[in-house]
Amino acid sequence: MERQLIGAFLAIVIGVGACALYYFASNMILDLALPFRKGGARAVRNQKLAATIRPWLFLGPALLILTVYLVYPAIDSLRLSFYDRASENFVGIRNYVWAVNDDEFRQSIFNNVLWLLVVPALSTFFGLVIAFLTDRIWWGNIAKTLIFMPMAISFVGASVIWKFIYDFRSEGSTQIGLLNAIVQGLGGEPQAWITLPFWNNFFLMIILVWIQTGFAMVILSAALRGISEETIEAAIIDGAKGPQLFFYIMIPQIWGTIAVVWTTITITVLKVFDIVLAMTNGQWDTQVLANLMFDWMFRGGGDFGRGATIAIIIMVAVVPIMVWNIRRANAEMEGR
Amino acid sequence: MAIAGSRKSSGITNHVLVAIIVILWTVPTFGLFVSSLRDKDQLSVSGWWTALTTTESNNTGRAPPPSEQVERDGSFVLAGNLFAEGGSGTVVSFGTRVQNPNEFQAGQTGDIGDGVSLTVNADGSFEMVSPVAFEGSRGQRIFYRAGMPPRFTLDNYREVLASAGIGQSFVNSLTVTIPATIIPILIAAYAAYALAWMKFPGRALLLSLVVGLLVVPLQMSLIPLLKLYNDIGTLFGVDAKTYVGIWIAHTGFGLPLAIYLLRNYIAGLPREIMESARIDGASDFDIFVRIVLPLSLPALASFSIFQFLWVWNDLRVAIVFLGAQNDQLVLTARLVNLLGSRGSNWEILTASAFITILVPLVVFLSLQRFLIRGLLAGSVKG
Amino acid sequence: MTSVELSQVKKSFGTVDVIKGVDLAIKDGEFVVFVGPSGCGKSTLLRLIAGLEDITAGTLKIGGEVVNEVPPSKRGIAMVFQSYALYPHMSVYNNMAFGMKLAKASKDEIDKRVKAAADILQLTPYLHRLPRALSGGQRQRVAIGRAICRNPEVFLFDEPLSNLDAALRVATRIEIAKLHESMPDTTMIYVTHDQVEAMTLADRIVVLNAGRIEQVGSPMDLYLHPDNLFVARFMGSPAMNTVPCTIDSGGGTPVVTPLGGKPVGVEIDIPDSARGQKGTFGVRPEDLTLTDAGNAIFTGTIQIVEKLGEVTLIYVDCGTANEPVLAKLDGIANLKKGETVHLGAPTRALHVFDAEGKAYRRRD
Repeated sequence: MERQLIGAFLAIVIGVGACALYYFASNMILDLALPFRKGGARAVRNQKLAATIRPWLFLGPALLILTVYLVYPAIDSLRLSFYDRASENFVGIRNYVWAVNDDEFRQSIFNNVLWLLVVPALSTFFGLVIAFLTDRIWWGNIAKTLIFMPMAISFVGASVIWKFIYDFRSEGSTQIGLLNAIVQGLGGEPQAWITLPFWNNFFLMIILVWIQTGFAMVILSAALRGISEETIEAAIIDGAKGPQLFFYIMIPQIWGTIAVVWTTITITVLKVFDIVLAMTNGQWDTQVLANLMFDWMFRGGGDFGRGATIAIIIMVAVVPIMVWNIRRANAEMEGR
Repeated sequence: MAIAGSRKSSGITNHVLVAIIVILWTVPTFGLFVSSLRDKDQLSVSGWWTALTTTESNNTGRAPPPSEQVERDGSFVLAGNLFAEGGSGTVVSFGTRVQNPNEFQAGQTGDIGDGVSLTVNADGSFEMVSPVAFEGSRGQRIFYRAGMPPRFTLDNYREVLASAGIGQSFVNSLTVTIPATIIPILIAAYAAYALAWMKFPGRALLLSLVVGLLVVPLQMSLIPLLKLYNDIGTLFGVDAKTYVGIWIAHTGFGLPLAIYLLRNYIAGLPREIMESARIDGASDFDIFVRIVLPLSLPALASFSIFQFLWVWNDLRVAIVFLGAQNDQLVLTARLVNLLGSRGSNWEILTASAFITILVPLVVFLSLQRFLIRGLLAGSVKG
Repeated sequence: MTSVELSQVKKSFGTVDVIKGVDLAIKDGEFVVFVGPSGCGKSTLLRLIAGLEDITAGTLKIGGEVVNEVPPSKRGIAMVFQSYALYPHMSVYNNMAFGMKLAKASKDEIDKRVKAAADILQLTPYLHRLPRALSGGQRQRVAIGRAICRNPEVFLFDEPLSNLDAALRVATRIEIAKLHESMPDTTMIYVTHDQVEAMTLADRIVVLNAGRIEQVGSPMDLYLHPDNLFVARFMGSPAMNTVPCTIDSGGGTPVVTPLGGKPVGVEIDIPDSARGQKGTFGVRPEDLTLTDAGNAIFTGTIQIVEKLGEVTLIYVDCGTANEPVLAKLDGIANLKKGETVHLGAPTRALHVFDAEGKAYRRRD
């Protein structure tokens, strides 16, 4: 154990040190190659030259890594989706045809649509309501911290937690799952919740809502606080009451933030596979695209062609949001 | 704020509503915590909420074997305590037959056949008296109903840390997470400064690229990168799955958000400070190291926490880039493993899960101010 | 011999011309103030001299050398910013020492200079504080101290007093004046929109408008002999009364008739050829006095009376569609709305501008 710890420590120090070294070294070399402290025409030229080179020194590592790890793979995934399982032979759109006809794939699309409709909506809604309510009480910050806490937990950890809630024992025996215990206590029949077709999706979704609501709450709370006090006062003078205030004055003013929260959670929904993997691994018709893709990466030795195809389809769902984000960022940048 | 009334004063309904919501939100995690501390037998037979109070349940005990009988006043006695193994409780009723386990009340002396009498007291002590010597090798089974107070133990944690490989996975997770947090920050800070304050062609384009990359799903990258790593591995005859590999992978995945957040922050620094430094003779590198970095500490802290939590809690990148070999599993992967292989051993599951959760929780609770500040940067729109 | 010389300096941002060709020669040790309305380009001009922006066309010389391409740190300048621009995470001492540390000066040298500057500005007790522990006025002094430590040949000030409250402004203004006296060889270029600062601090004032120089001259020059309508209206508060007029005659005895007033003789060189043309007549409110009908230039009814204690402002409607004529009378005048008054002014206080707004030369 000690050896592992020492080894880990060394690895960390060397890894981080090497990175920092690059920056110091490259700048030092640049300064040595193009000296400018002495003054004179040469110094001026050097400084100008250095000023054109230096940005690329700063950006270099980032650009390199981004290209290799995000840009190139995105393009390559597209290419691989046209190849076979070991990426050796070109097969055209066979993978896409397979996808469209595959039952599991269809089920995944259906489920993903459900997830996309339900989770962002619920998370944003709860987040908004909770933000509104907690702003008004003195222990609001404590409440917010507790509700935000699930965000710190890994998806797998969350799955274990909720396993305890959904656990099923046959009727009549002591239930150790909280949900079934309540159901049985109220006189109902305990269910194997995560195996119920169609409805099991919702039980899985609750887990993600449980996690993401905290995120929505934090951001929307800040947005609510940013609403100018005076608009609310003016509305009160005009005779607006609670719900009217909420819907006609407050919500329209934070509409932009609500959109940001919604889209961010949507992206997360598309990416999440851990919950499905941990709870059901796609059985009982709970499969989603992200998990399916992961599955095909390793199933039967791995079928890269099919895996890539699914990845591309996930990407397609993401593109509209990406475009919207870029437009919004550019509009903001005009101001700077 | 006179007209609208103080924001802080509001009705009881508000408090109650929020209290209900908070309870709903914390109960699941609390349940896991309580479960992880319970004795493993209790875990699988009763809900965790029962552990909080004394509950009655049916149990079985065993009298000592006949070989331990003692002779007393002409009778043969076997004695002991049903709660011998460090438990305690209050016996309510007992019996020796499966069909009637609660035949006698505690404190009574029951006739259990063959002239043998059995007394079980409320404190668990019992006495079996027989006119003739007991025979056989095994002790008599005694069924009893008792109220057991909550019994908590750290055994689960001990077992999990020692044997289930959690200890090793913990170190693995650390080894992956710490550099995968520091390196992206370093690289992103430099890039963010360049994008915010340095002049070069294509700056706007690069910015758009970064924003676009923010939403690219990881799934796009996994397969090509896996192939790439494998190819490089075979080319150089090295193992494709190394720590360096996963550090850079996490750097790559975390860079867009890091650059975006840091750039927004650094662009907001007062221009005149940097101009003043320029007049003082500072080069871009000087300005970055001596002025921008120190002033950006809040943003750097916020992002570190983000990245730390993200990497620590990550599952898929670890599996793909670090492998599924037993001694290389990070905590999350180990947990999934256990879910699959020891899924019915709740005691192991709960303790492992809680250990996995512990570090991020601590980090979160102590540094949540920064985390939230980071979340808010660039997210609030009018 | 250090001076700052601008020849045909132009600056454009993309297609927008911000500075449209400026010629200016600043002498060694002079205190020059750039003044003008918002957006006139005074700050831009300052930044061009500092090297914080690139010059699009023209030459800039500092100390006789062309410095268009020279980086700011090598031009021998130091700048005091409007927002002080102190490094928030460094102590006062380190703020002032920063430049020298970068130039790798010796510790002794740094110590000497910083302490000397702190002495001049009474900052010695604060040397180890952080900027956030200082008041606005103290921070401004640190900014000035930092500039002093650079030992520059040209001091640049970019609206340094705008962020201070009124009382502090006066105090710091006096300190800057004293600073200049103590460093007679250092040229100082100061940008402001506040006339009072310009009039009190400057050896010469440069009035800028929309990227061009309107006039350069000493404060009194600009006050008494404005070259054009813009400068005439810009300097002096309240602004000069400018009324359209007709030129009755030029040559030896020029006479003009302002709208709403009586014909009046002026001591200005107006050519004969200008007879009958339209122009603008100008007279400052402080030069108008109550007089009798015979000597009056303007006669009208008082619309508004503003008693300020030290002066009384009256707005007089002369029966034209023009704005009322504003007169600034000493002390507390016992006048009421609706009263008829006659306003006159000494001949030397009268200005006439041609149809393009350029002033006719005064004879005195």
